[in-house]
Amino acid sequence: MDVIYHYDGSFDGFLSCVFDSYAHKEIPAGFSSGEDIVFSLFDSRTVPTDPEHAARVLRKVSALSPEAAVLLRKGFLTCLPDKEQHLFQVVAKLLREGPGFLRNRSDGTLYPVIRAVQHLNGEVHLLKGFVRFSDLGGVLGGEIEPKNRVLPVLGGHFAARFHNERFFLYDRTHKEALFHIPGQSVIRPLAAFQMALPDETEARYRLLWKRFYDTIAIKERENSRLRMHNMPKRYWKTMTEFQGEAYFQPDSSTAGFPSPSLQPTLPPDLGAR
Amino acid sequence: MDVLEKLTILTDAAKYDAACTSSGGTRTAKKGWIGNTSTAQAGCCHTFSADGRCVTLLKVLLTNCCVYDCKYCVNRRSNETKRAAFTPEELADLTIQFYRRNYIEGLFLSSGVFRSPDYTTELMIRALSLLREQHRFNGYIHAKAIPGTSPELVERLGLLADRLSVNIELPSEAGLKSLAPDKTKRAILAPMRQIQTRNRQSREELVKYRHAPRFAPAGQSTQLIVGATQDTDFHILRLTQGLYDRYSLKRVFYSAYVPVVEHALLPAKDVKPPLLREHRLYQADWLLRFYGFRAEELLDERNQDFDTRVDPKCSWALAHLNFFPVEVNTAAYETLLRIPGVGVTSARRILSARRVGPLHIDNLKKLGVVMKRAQYFLTASGKMAEGLRFTPDSLLRGLIAAEQPLLPRQEAVQLSLFDPVETA
Repeated sequence: MDVIYHYDGSFDGFLSCVFDSYAHKEIPAGFSSGEDIVFSLFDSRTVPTDPEHAARVLRKVSALSPEAAVLLRKGFLTCLPDKEQHLFQVVAKLLREGPGFLRNRSDGTLYPVIRAVQHLNGEVHLLKGFVRFSDLGGVLGGEIEPKNRVLPVLGGHFAARFHNERFFLYDRTHKEALFHIPGQSVIRPLAAFQMALPDETEARYRLLWKRFYDTIAIKERENSRLRMHNMPKRYWKTMTEFQGEAYFQPDSSTAGFPSPSLQPTLPPDLGAR
Repeated sequence: MDVLEKLTILTDAAKYDAACTSSGGTRTAKKGWIGNTSTAQAGCCHTFSADGRCVTLLKVLLTNCCVYDCKYCVNRRSNETKRAAFTPEELADLTIQFYRRNYIEGLFLSSGVFRSPDYTTELMIRALSLLREQHRFNGYIHAKAIPGTSPELVERLGLLADRLSVNIELPSEAGLKSLAPDKTKRAILAPMRQIQTRNRQSREELVKYRHAPRFAPAGQSTQLIVGATQDTDFHILRLTQGLYDRYSLKRVFYSAYVPVVEHALLPAKDVKPPLLREHRLYQADWLLRFYGFRAEELLDERNQDFDTRVDPKCSWALAHLNFFPVEVNTAAYETLLRIPGVGVTSARRILSARRVGPLHIDNLKKLGVVMKRAQYFLTASGKMAEGLRFTPDSLLRGLIAAEQPLLPRQEAVQLSLFDPVETA
């Protein structure tokens, strides 16, 4: 019988769905998560998230193929439509046939997942360069607007590079933020966020960077098509060099100090542990 | 003069240097230091300028004052241009503050020759030591070794930088004599040899002692200007090959000459930079480094310049039609790499996928093969793409059409009513 699995939207929750489908010997017709319970012709089953079940599934997958485990983890972060269904099929095929098909990228079950993960990796790679931080009174803050949930992958890069700094990076699309203090980082949901205005020093470095950017181009070689190909316009929104004039003006109302109400605060549980 | 104005002048003076990569770095994060260089094997672009080129490093000159008078250069002594110089403190501050905001991957420091090569290099060393030792900067540094610098100073520079480069600029001795009378081939090659030797030594020492000092761990590169002199593509490519073979260079960069001055020996100021030619050279450069081609296979005494209509690999394939079609299920890796439209990545994927089962034509696109080009040159399980009919003539047209949208557009030849038009 066809049944839709309803779960809490977490990775462990999804793995629990995989576990339940084997326990009940049934193939889910679809997945739904969060508020949006889908009313349809199919029955629905609410799958409780069970860390132990999740760990068992992941252990089995890793034992068959460590690459498949990475694929699963990363595949879950992508914006692939019906990602759960695609990932479920990869797991099912892996358990049925063994890991051989993972070598063949053109395999019908594998291909959509690999493409989606490639899209994620590509976005992470570009963002490693395109993220812009502002110095907000000693704390670095930045914003991004990615299609995939890149923070878990991107976070490690910035945590290593700026390990002595305190910084946060806000993901506008998925409404969550990465917080880092020396020694640890966490990702927390954050419903709304407004970047503080720059102080004198910050505005000056923004201006210096903008000037550098405008000067480094060779006029005789101008090629906006190539630039757009290498750096799609959707990234420009959060990049310093493409902001309007107001972005380079220091906040005059507070005479060089970012307003306290907009000061980003680190979540209370960070640093307590 | 304030920093903003200095930055403008010294960036403007540095922009014609094409090299701007941050690949091959191996510095991992260290406690108490800021930054690392290990983003990825491929390096990291932080933005792309209006000309579409990757900006990864803060690329500036320490000073644009220069005692040399190279005819092609904006910074030559006889050019009337505003001069400026960074202090080491200003430069270190800019680098650190840009780096923290993730604007850049590191610093690319070059300089005009101020007083003498040795004096200039000492200034550069002072700036870089400040950055490394006081600011504890652990990011990428690319430094220019100026021809004629004494070996002791090159040594110190190499211990501070990740990559060193010595620019050859003009691809022949004759070009150097007429356009850069202050430089000689020997003065350029001597530091290159030294960097190569020291880099190899330091690698060997690192195997024995973990904390042995690293000398230019990301290797060295150079730049050749294309189109300022009469040198042919064949000459340039053979020079490149020699540099890779004998000097273990990581990269050779080509820079289409942008006419910045009127001079009897140089192309006129209204000549467009030869972007397509530069593009073809880069394509050939990749073939040398990753595809196992030799310069002599791509060009020879009779064909000294690249075909502007198709890329060098297609050009080679068209001249060796008896080599094709290649059967993807059985061909060796090296053979797969010869197929136009198959790259290093897709060739590896083919090797991996065919171990699971035989490949068919419709698998290939998913493996990343560019079928627009590759279809004419391969079979899968004995079959070519369905419905594919071609003659050598239509083959050439198909290949030209496949590449057209990807080429630099400025070069599109404008037909004039008054020029005699050749019919093909």
